[in-house]
Amino acid sequence: MDDHHDHSHLSDTELRVRALESLLTDKGLVDPAALDDIVDHYENKVGPRNGAKVVARAWTDPAFKKLLLEDATAAIGSLGYVGTQGADMVVLENTESVHNVTVCTLCSCYPWSVLGLPPAWYKSFPFRARLVKEPRAVLQEFGLELDDDVEVRVWDSTAELRYLVLPEQPDGSEGMSEDELIDLVTRNSMIGTEKVPAPGGKT
Amino acid sequence: MDGIHDMGGMDGFGPIPIEVDEPVFHGEWEGRVYAMNTVIGAWGKWNIDAGRYGIEQMDPAHYLASSYYERWLHRTSNMLVEHDMISRDELNGDATPDDPALQPRTAEEVFELQRKNRSARVDEDIAPKFKAGDKILVRNIHPKSHTRVPRYVRGRHGVIDRDHGVFIFPDTNALFQGKKPQHIYSVRFDAQELWGPDAPSQDKLYLDLCDDYMDPA
Repeated sequence: MDDHHDHSHLSDTELRVRALESLLTDKGLVDPAALDDIVDHYENKVGPRNGAKVVARAWTDPAFKKLLLEDATAAIGSLGYVGTQGADMVVLENTESVHNVTVCTLCSCYPWSVLGLPPAWYKSFPFRARLVKEPRAVLQEFGLELDDDVEVRVWDSTAELRYLVLPEQPDGSEGMSEDELIDLVTRNSMIGTEKVPAPGGKT
Repeated sequence: MDGIHDMGGMDGFGPIPIEVDEPVFHGEWEGRVYAMNTVIGAWGKWNIDAGRYGIEQMDPAHYLASSYYERWLHRTSNMLVEHDMISRDELNGDATPDDPALQPRTAEEVFELQRKNRSARVDEDIAPKFKAGDKILVRNIHPKSHTRVPRYVRGRHGVIDRDHGVFIFPDTNALFQGKKPQHIYSVRFDAQELWGPDAPSQDKLYLDLCDDYMDPA
Protein backbone atom coordinates (compact mmCIF):
# COMPACT_ATOMS: atom_id res chain seq x y z
CA MET A 1 0.00 0.00 0.00
CA ASP A 2 1.10 3.56 -0.70
CA ASP A 3 1.78 5.33 2.58
CA HIS A 4 1.44 8.83 1.15
CA HIS A 5 -1.97 8.03 -0.09
CA ASP A 6 -3.19 6.40 3.12
CA HIS A 7 -2.13 9.36 5.22
CA SER A 8 -3.73 11.96 2.98
CA HIS A 9 -7.07 10.13 3.22
CA LEU A 10 -6.92 8.98 6.80
CA SER A 11 -8.90 11.69 8.55
CA ASP A 12 -11.57 11.76 5.87
CA THR A 13 -11.87 7.98 6.03
CA GLU A 14 -12.02 8.01 9.82
CA LEU A 15 -14.80 10.57 9.74
CA ARG A 16 -16.78 8.50 7.26
CA VAL A 17 -16.34 5.36 9.35
CA ARG A 18 -17.51 7.13 12.50
CA ALA A 19 -20.51 8.60 10.69
CA LEU A 20 -21.45 5.20 9.30
CA GLU A 21 -21.16 3.48 12.68
CA SER A 22 -23.30 6.20 14.26
CA LEU A 23 -25.93 5.88 11.53
CA LEU A 24 -26.04 2.08 11.67
CA THR A 25 -26.30 2.20 15.46
CA ASP A 26 -29.18 4.69 15.25
CA LYS A 27 -30.89 2.43 12.71
CA GLY A 28 -30.61 -0.60 14.98
CA LEU A 29 -28.43 -2.40 12.43
CA VAL A 30 -25.28 -2.71 14.55
CA ASP A 31 -24.51 -2.68 18.25
CA PRO A 32 -21.18 -0.93 19.01
CA ALA A 33 -20.50 -3.46 21.79
CA ALA A 34 -20.73 -6.25 19.21
CA LEU A 35 -18.20 -4.39 17.04
CA ASP A 36 -15.85 -4.18 20.03
CA ASP A 37 -16.13 -7.94 20.56
CA ILE A 38 -15.50 -8.74 16.90
CA VAL A 39 -12.40 -6.51 16.77
CA ASP A 40 -11.13 -8.14 19.97
CA HIS A 41 -11.79 -11.60 18.53
CA TYR A 42 -9.64 -10.99 15.46
CA GLU A 43 -6.96 -8.97 17.30
CA ASN A 44 -6.53 -11.38 20.20
CA LYS A 45 -8.23 -14.75 19.75
CA VAL A 46 -7.93 -15.94 16.16
CA GLY A 47 -4.57 -15.89 14.47
CA PRO A 48 -1.76 -17.94 12.96
CA ARG A 49 -1.28 -19.82 16.23
CA ASN A 50 -4.29 -21.89 15.20
CA GLY A 51 -2.54 -22.90 11.99
CA ALA A 52 0.71 -23.49 13.88
CA LYS A 53 -1.11 -26.01 16.06
CA VAL A 54 -2.37 -27.82 12.95
CA VAL A 55 1.18 -27.96 11.57
CA ALA A 56 2.77 -29.07 14.84
CA ARG A 57 0.15 -31.80 15.23
CA ALA A 58 0.83 -33.01 11.69
CA TRP A 59 4.57 -33.16 12.41
CA THR A 60 4.07 -35.24 15.55
CA ASP A 61 1.03 -37.41 14.71
CA PRO A 62 1.24 -39.39 11.43
CA ALA A 63 -2.44 -40.39 11.56
CA PHE A 64 -3.45 -36.72 11.90
CA LYS A 65 -1.16 -35.77 9.03
CA LYS A 66 -2.69 -38.46 6.82
CA LEU A 67 -6.20 -37.18 7.55
CA LEU A 68 -5.05 -33.58 7.11
CA LEU A 69 -3.82 -34.24 3.58
CA GLU A 70 -6.89 -36.32 2.66
CA ASP A 71 -9.63 -34.29 4.35
CA ALA A 72 -8.22 -31.06 5.70
CA THR A 73 -11.63 -29.69 6.71
CA ALA A 74 -12.25 -32.68 9.00
CA ALA A 75 -8.75 -32.73 10.45
CA ILE A 76 -8.68 -28.98 11.16
CA GLY A 77 -12.25 -29.10 12.44
CA SER A 78 -11.22 -31.78 14.95
CA LEU A 79 -9.05 -29.09 16.59
CA GLY A 80 -12.03 -26.73 16.73
CA TYR A 81 -11.09 -24.42 13.85
CA VAL A 82 -14.18 -24.09 11.66
CA GLY A 83 -16.38 -21.56 9.93
CA THR A 84 -16.14 -18.47 7.75
CA GLN A 85 -13.20 -18.40 5.32
CA GLY A 86 -12.15 -21.85 6.43
CA ALA A 87 -15.29 -23.91 5.91
CA ASP A 88 -13.67 -25.92 3.09
CA MET A 89 -9.95 -26.39 3.61
CA VAL A 90 -7.16 -27.91 1.54
CA VAL A 91 -3.66 -28.53 2.93
CA LEU A 92 -0.62 -28.53 0.65
CA GLU A 93 2.53 -30.33 1.77
CA ASN A 94 5.90 -28.78 1.08
CA THR A 95 8.77 -31.19 0.54
CA GLU A 96 12.38 -31.08 -0.61
CA SER A 97 11.23 -31.15 -4.22
CA VAL A 98 7.88 -29.27 -4.16
CA HIS A 99 7.24 -25.79 -2.79
CA ASN A 100 3.63 -24.59 -2.53
CA VAL A 101 2.63 -20.93 -2.09
CA THR A 102 -0.84 -19.37 -2.02
CA VAL A 103 -2.39 -16.13 -3.28
CA CYS A 104 -5.74 -14.66 -4.27
CA THR A 105 -5.32 -12.57 -7.42
CA LEU A 106 -8.98 -11.47 -7.64
CA CYS A 107 -9.52 -10.22 -4.07
CA SER A 108 -7.68 -11.43 -0.96
CA CYS A 109 -9.14 -14.82 0.02
CA TYR A 110 -7.30 -16.24 3.02
CA PRO A 111 -8.01 -19.00 5.59
CA TRP A 112 -9.23 -16.83 8.47
CA SER A 113 -10.09 -19.77 10.74
CA VAL A 114 -6.48 -20.98 10.89
CA LEU A 115 -4.41 -17.86 10.11
CA GLY A 116 -6.62 -14.96 11.24
CA LEU A 117 -6.89 -11.91 8.99
CA PRO A 118 -4.30 -11.52 6.24
CA PRO A 119 -1.25 -9.25 6.48
CA ALA A 120 -1.29 -6.10 4.33
CA TRP A 121 1.30 -7.48 1.92
CA TYR A 122 -0.93 -10.47 1.12
CA LYS A 123 -3.69 -8.01 0.12
CA SER A 124 -1.28 -5.72 -1.73
CA PHE A 125 -1.42 -5.17 -5.48
CA PRO A 126 2.22 -6.29 -6.03
CA PHE A 127 1.64 -9.67 -4.37
CA ARG A 128 -1.69 -10.27 -6.13
CA ALA A 129 -0.25 -9.26 -9.50
CA ARG A 130 3.18 -10.84 -9.39
CA LEU A 131 3.08 -14.15 -7.53
CA VAL A 132 1.37 -16.08 -10.32
CA LYS A 133 3.79 -14.80 -12.96
CA GLU A 134 7.14 -14.60 -11.19
CA PRO A 135 6.85 -16.60 -7.98
CA ARG A 136 10.58 -17.16 -7.60
CA ALA A 137 11.31 -13.41 -7.77
CA VAL A 138 8.56 -12.72 -5.22
CA LEU A 139 9.86 -15.43 -2.87
CA GLN A 140 13.35 -13.94 -3.11
CA GLU A 141 11.93 -10.70 -1.69
CA PHE A 142 10.89 -12.77 1.34
CA GLY A 143 14.43 -14.12 1.55
CA LEU A 144 13.58 -17.53 0.13
CA GLU A 145 15.86 -18.83 -2.64
CA LEU A 146 14.67 -22.05 -4.24
CA ASP A 147 16.89 -24.35 -6.27
CA ASP A 148 16.06 -24.83 -9.93
CA ASP A 149 15.17 -28.47 -9.34
CA VAL A 150 12.40 -27.54 -6.90
CA GLU A 151 8.93 -27.43 -8.47
CA VAL A 152 7.08 -24.26 -7.48
CA ARG A 153 3.31 -24.63 -7.25
CA VAL A 154 1.30 -21.41 -6.98
CA TRP A 155 -2.30 -21.81 -5.80
CA ASP A 156 -4.65 -18.96 -6.79
CA SER A 157 -7.70 -19.13 -4.47
CA THR A 158 -10.34 -18.40 -7.10
CA ALA A 159 -13.20 -20.31 -5.41
CA GLU A 160 -14.31 -21.04 -1.83
CA LEU A 161 -11.57 -23.55 -1.01
CA ARG A 162 -9.06 -22.11 1.42
CA TYR A 163 -5.45 -23.24 1.42
CA LEU A 164 -2.97 -23.87 4.21
CA VAL A 165 0.62 -24.85 3.45
CA LEU A 166 2.12 -27.60 5.58
CA PRO A 167 5.77 -26.51 5.74
CA GLU A 168 8.71 -28.88 6.08
CA GLN A 169 9.75 -29.61 9.63
CA PRO A 170 13.14 -27.95 10.13
CA ASP A 171 16.30 -29.86 10.96
CA GLY A 172 17.05 -29.90 14.66
CA SER A 173 13.41 -29.93 15.74
CA GLU A 174 13.04 -33.70 15.88
CA GLY A 175 11.82 -34.86 19.27
CA MET A 176 10.47 -31.46 20.27
CA SER A 177 7.03 -31.37 21.90
CA GLU A 178 3.93 -30.13 20.08
CA ASP A 179 3.95 -26.92 22.16
CA GLU A 180 7.59 -26.26 21.36
CA LEU A 181 6.95 -26.85 17.67
CA ILE A 182 3.96 -24.46 17.69
CA ASP A 183 6.35 -21.67 18.71
CA LEU A 184 8.58 -22.43 15.72
CA VAL A 185 5.91 -22.25 13.01
CA THR A 186 5.61 -18.86 11.33
CA ARG A 187 2.55 -17.42 9.60
CA ASN A 188 4.45 -16.87 6.35
CA SER A 189 5.57 -20.51 6.30
CA MET A 190 1.88 -21.50 6.19
CA ILE A 191 1.26 -19.13 3.26
CA GLY A 192 4.37 -20.49 1.59
CA THR A 193 6.52 -17.35 1.42
CA GLU A 194 9.17 -18.72 3.76
CA LYS A 195 10.42 -21.93 5.37
CA VAL A 196 10.17 -22.62 9.08
CA PRO A 197 13.48 -21.57 10.60
CA ALA A 198 15.51 -24.14 12.51
CA PRO A 199 15.19 -23.90 16.30
CA GLY A 200 17.58 -21.40 17.84
CA GLY A 201 18.36 -20.05 14.39
CA LYS A 202 17.50 -16.86 12.66
CA THR A 203 13.93 -15.59 12.84
CA MET B 1 -16.00 -8.41 -15.65
CA ASP B 2 -12.59 -7.56 -17.06
CA GLY B 3 -11.94 -5.19 -14.18
CA ILE B 4 -8.97 -3.70 -12.38
CA HIS B 5 -9.43 -6.29 -9.60
CA ASP B 6 -8.28 -9.08 -11.97
CA MET B 7 -4.60 -8.41 -11.30
CA GLY B 8 -2.87 -11.73 -11.90
CA GLY B 9 0.16 -11.21 -14.14
CA MET B 10 0.16 -7.40 -14.23
CA ASP B 11 3.51 -5.59 -14.05
CA GLY B 12 4.48 -2.25 -12.58
CA PHE B 13 3.28 -2.47 -8.98
CA GLY B 14 6.78 -2.65 -7.51
CA PRO B 15 8.18 -4.77 -4.66
CA ILE B 16 6.07 -6.59 -2.08
CA PRO B 17 5.45 -4.17 0.86
CA ILE B 18 6.58 -6.52 3.64
CA GLU B 19 6.06 -5.07 7.12
CA VAL B 20 7.65 -6.69 10.17
CA ASP B 21 5.39 -7.33 13.20
CA GLU B 22 2.43 -5.58 11.63
CA PRO B 23 -0.78 -5.14 13.67
CA VAL B 24 -4.02 -6.90 12.72
CA PHE B 25 -5.61 -3.50 12.09
CA HIS B 26 -3.51 -0.46 11.18
CA GLY B 27 -5.91 2.00 12.75
CA GLU B 28 -9.01 1.77 14.86
CA TRP B 29 -11.15 2.57 11.82
CA GLU B 30 -9.99 -0.58 10.00
CA GLY B 31 -11.31 -2.75 12.81
CA ARG B 32 -14.61 -0.85 12.86
CA VAL B 33 -15.02 -1.33 9.09
CA TYR B 34 -14.20 -5.02 9.38
CA ALA B 35 -16.64 -5.53 12.27
CA MET B 36 -19.45 -3.47 10.71
CA ASN B 37 -19.10 -5.43 7.51
CA THR B 38 -19.29 -8.69 9.47
CA VAL B 39 -22.40 -7.66 11.41
CA ILE B 40 -24.14 -6.24 8.35
CA GLY B 41 -23.26 -9.40 6.41
CA ALA B 42 -25.04 -11.43 9.09
CA TRP B 43 -28.31 -9.72 8.11
CA GLY B 44 -28.09 -11.84 4.96
CA LYS B 45 -29.28 -9.18 2.53
CA TRP B 46 -26.56 -10.12 0.07
CA ASN B 47 -24.09 -12.96 -0.45
CA ILE B 48 -20.30 -13.07 -0.61
CA ASP B 49 -20.26 -13.08 -4.41
CA ALA B 50 -22.47 -9.99 -4.60
CA GLY B 51 -20.20 -8.36 -2.02
CA ARG B 52 -17.12 -9.06 -4.14
CA TYR B 53 -18.92 -7.75 -7.22
CA GLY B 54 -19.68 -4.58 -5.25
CA ILE B 55 -15.95 -3.94 -4.91
CA GLU B 56 -15.19 -4.89 -8.51
CA GLN B 57 -17.60 -2.19 -9.75
CA MET B 58 -15.57 0.61 -8.15
CA ASP B 59 -14.11 3.14 -10.55
CA PRO B 60 -10.67 1.68 -11.41
CA ALA B 61 -8.78 4.82 -10.37
CA HIS B 62 -10.63 4.85 -7.05
CA TYR B 63 -9.92 1.13 -6.56
CA LEU B 64 -6.19 1.62 -7.10
CA ALA B 65 -6.08 4.66 -4.81
CA SER B 66 -7.89 2.88 -1.95
CA SER B 67 -6.56 0.57 0.72
CA TYR B 68 -8.21 -2.79 1.37
CA TYR B 69 -10.53 -1.61 4.14
CA GLU B 70 -11.31 1.62 2.24
CA ARG B 71 -12.63 -0.60 -0.55
CA TRP B 72 -14.73 -2.49 2.01
CA LEU B 73 -16.10 0.79 3.38
CA HIS B 74 -17.07 1.95 -0.10
CA ARG B 75 -18.71 -1.38 -0.96
CA THR B 76 -20.62 -1.80 2.29
CA SER B 77 -21.89 1.80 2.28
CA ASN B 78 -23.18 1.44 -1.28
CA MET B 79 -24.78 -1.95 -0.73
CA LEU B 80 -26.57 -0.75 2.40
CA VAL B 81 -28.25 1.84 0.17
CA GLU B 82 -28.87 -0.54 -2.75
CA HIS B 83 -30.55 -3.01 -0.41
CA ASP B 84 -32.69 -0.35 1.29
CA MET B 85 -31.11 -0.76 4.72
CA ILE B 86 -30.22 2.95 4.79
CA SER B 87 -31.05 5.82 2.42
CA ARG B 88 -28.52 7.76 0.35
CA ASP B 89 -29.56 10.89 2.26
CA GLU B 90 -28.89 9.19 5.58
CA LEU B 91 -25.48 8.01 4.34
CA ASN B 92 -24.63 11.55 3.25
CA GLY B 93 -25.77 13.00 6.57
CA ASP B 94 -28.67 14.85 4.94
CA ALA B 95 -31.44 13.00 6.78
CA THR B 96 -32.07 11.94 10.36
CA PRO B 97 -32.78 8.23 10.72
CA ASP B 98 -36.12 7.01 12.03
CA ASP B 99 -36.34 5.31 15.38
CA PRO B 100 -34.80 1.87 15.11
CA ALA B 101 -37.24 -0.87 14.22
CA LEU B 102 -34.58 -3.56 14.41
CA GLN B 103 -32.70 -5.38 17.14
CA PRO B 104 -29.00 -5.59 16.21
CA ARG B 105 -27.22 -8.90 16.47
CA THR B 106 -24.80 -9.55 19.29
CA ALA B 107 -21.23 -10.59 18.59
CA GLU B 108 -22.02 -14.10 19.85
CA GLU B 109 -24.88 -14.44 17.37
CA VAL B 110 -22.55 -13.31 14.59
CA PHE B 111 -19.83 -15.77 15.64
CA GLU B 112 -22.39 -18.56 15.77
CA LEU B 113 -23.48 -17.74 12.21
CA GLN B 114 -19.83 -17.74 11.14
CA ARG B 115 -19.23 -21.13 12.73
CA LYS B 116 -22.22 -22.70 11.00
CA ASN B 117 -23.53 -22.74 7.53
CA ARG B 118 -20.80 -20.68 5.88
CA SER B 119 -19.71 -23.23 3.31
CA ALA B 120 -20.49 -22.54 -0.34
CA ARG B 121 -20.82 -26.31 -0.80
CA VAL B 122 -24.20 -27.48 -2.11
CA ASP B 123 -25.59 -30.84 -1.00
CA GLU B 124 -26.94 -31.93 -4.38
CA ASP B 125 -26.06 -34.94 -6.46
CA ILE B 126 -24.83 -33.33 -9.67
CA ALA B 127 -22.70 -35.20 -12.21
CA PRO B 128 -19.21 -33.78 -12.76
CA LYS B 129 -18.22 -32.81 -16.31
CA PHE B 130 -14.61 -33.80 -15.64
CA LYS B 131 -12.47 -36.19 -13.63
CA ALA B 132 -8.91 -36.04 -12.36
CA GLY B 133 -6.44 -36.28 -15.24
CA ASP B 134 -8.82 -34.87 -17.88
CA LYS B 135 -7.35 -32.23 -20.19
CA ILE B 136 -9.38 -29.02 -20.36
CA LEU B 137 -9.49 -25.74 -22.25
CA VAL B 138 -10.61 -22.71 -20.26
CA ARG B 139 -13.38 -20.91 -22.11
CA ASN B 140 -12.53 -17.57 -23.65
CA ILE B 141 -15.40 -15.76 -21.97
CA HIS B 142 -15.73 -12.10 -20.98
CA PRO B 143 -18.87 -11.70 -18.88
CA LYS B 144 -19.68 -8.08 -18.03
CA SER B 145 -20.56 -9.04 -14.45
CA HIS B 146 -18.90 -11.04 -11.66
CA THR B 147 -16.87 -14.11 -12.52
CA ARG B 148 -14.08 -16.08 -10.83
CA VAL B 149 -12.13 -17.14 -13.88
CA PRO B 150 -9.17 -14.74 -14.17
CA ARG B 151 -8.12 -13.37 -17.54
CA TYR B 152 -4.70 -14.97 -17.34
CA VAL B 153 -6.08 -18.52 -17.75
CA ARG B 154 -8.81 -17.91 -20.33
CA GLY B 155 -8.13 -19.78 -23.54
CA ARG B 156 -5.37 -21.83 -21.87
CA HIS B 157 -4.97 -25.57 -21.53
CA GLY B 158 -4.83 -27.30 -18.16
CA VAL B 159 -5.38 -30.64 -16.44
CA ILE B 160 -7.96 -31.49 -13.77
CA ASP B 161 -6.00 -32.19 -10.59
CA ARG B 162 -8.88 -33.01 -8.24
CA ASP B 163 -12.65 -32.63 -7.94
CA HIS B 164 -13.73 -30.66 -4.85
CA GLY B 165 -17.43 -31.44 -5.20
CA VAL B 166 -20.50 -29.30 -5.82
CA PHE B 167 -20.50 -25.58 -4.99
CA ILE B 168 -22.51 -22.42 -5.64
CA PHE B 169 -21.73 -20.86 -9.04
CA PRO B 170 -20.48 -17.34 -8.22
CA ASP B 171 -21.40 -15.77 -11.56
CA THR B 172 -25.16 -16.24 -11.08
CA ASN B 173 -25.11 -15.95 -7.29
CA ALA B 174 -23.53 -12.48 -7.46
CA LEU B 175 -26.54 -11.31 -9.50
CA PHE B 176 -29.10 -13.02 -7.19
CA GLN B 177 -29.98 -15.29 -10.13
CA GLY B 178 -29.65 -18.57 -8.28
CA LYS B 179 -26.94 -20.94 -7.11
CA LYS B 180 -26.61 -22.99 -10.31
CA PRO B 181 -24.68 -25.63 -8.34
CA GLN B 182 -21.82 -27.37 -10.15
CA HIS B 183 -18.49 -29.05 -9.54
CA ILE B 184 -15.36 -27.09 -8.75
CA TYR B 185 -11.94 -28.55 -9.49
CA SER B 186 -8.35 -27.69 -8.83
CA VAL B 187 -6.95 -27.28 -12.32
CA ARG B 188 -3.22 -27.47 -12.99
CA PHE B 189 -1.46 -25.33 -15.58
CA ASP B 190 2.16 -25.39 -16.70
CA ALA B 191 3.78 -22.03 -16.00
CA GLN B 192 4.94 -22.02 -19.63
CA GLU B 193 1.38 -22.48 -20.91
CA LEU B 194 0.42 -19.23 -19.14
CA TRP B 195 3.61 -17.15 -19.33
CA GLY B 196 5.52 -18.51 -22.32
CA PRO B 197 8.83 -20.30 -22.83
CA ASP B 198 10.81 -18.06 -20.47
CA ALA B 199 8.90 -19.38 -17.43
CA PRO B 200 10.58 -22.28 -15.55
CA SER B 201 9.50 -25.52 -17.20
CA GLN B 202 8.97 -27.32 -13.87
CA ASP B 203 6.71 -24.70 -12.25
CA LYS B 204 2.92 -25.05 -12.04
CA LEU B 205 -0.15 -22.99 -11.20
CA TYR B 206 -3.36 -24.28 -9.72
CA LEU B 207 -6.73 -22.51 -9.89
CA ASP B 208 -10.15 -23.56 -8.64
CA LEU B 209 -12.48 -23.50 -11.63
CA CYS B 210 -16.15 -24.41 -12.17
CA ASP B 211 -17.65 -26.71 -14.81
CA ASP B 212 -19.06 -23.69 -16.65
CA TYR B 213 -15.60 -22.17 -17.13
CA MET B 214 -14.16 -25.12 -19.07
CA ASP B 215 -14.51 -27.42 -22.10
CA PRO B 216 -12.81 -30.77 -22.71
CA ALA B 217 -9.58 -30.47 -24.69
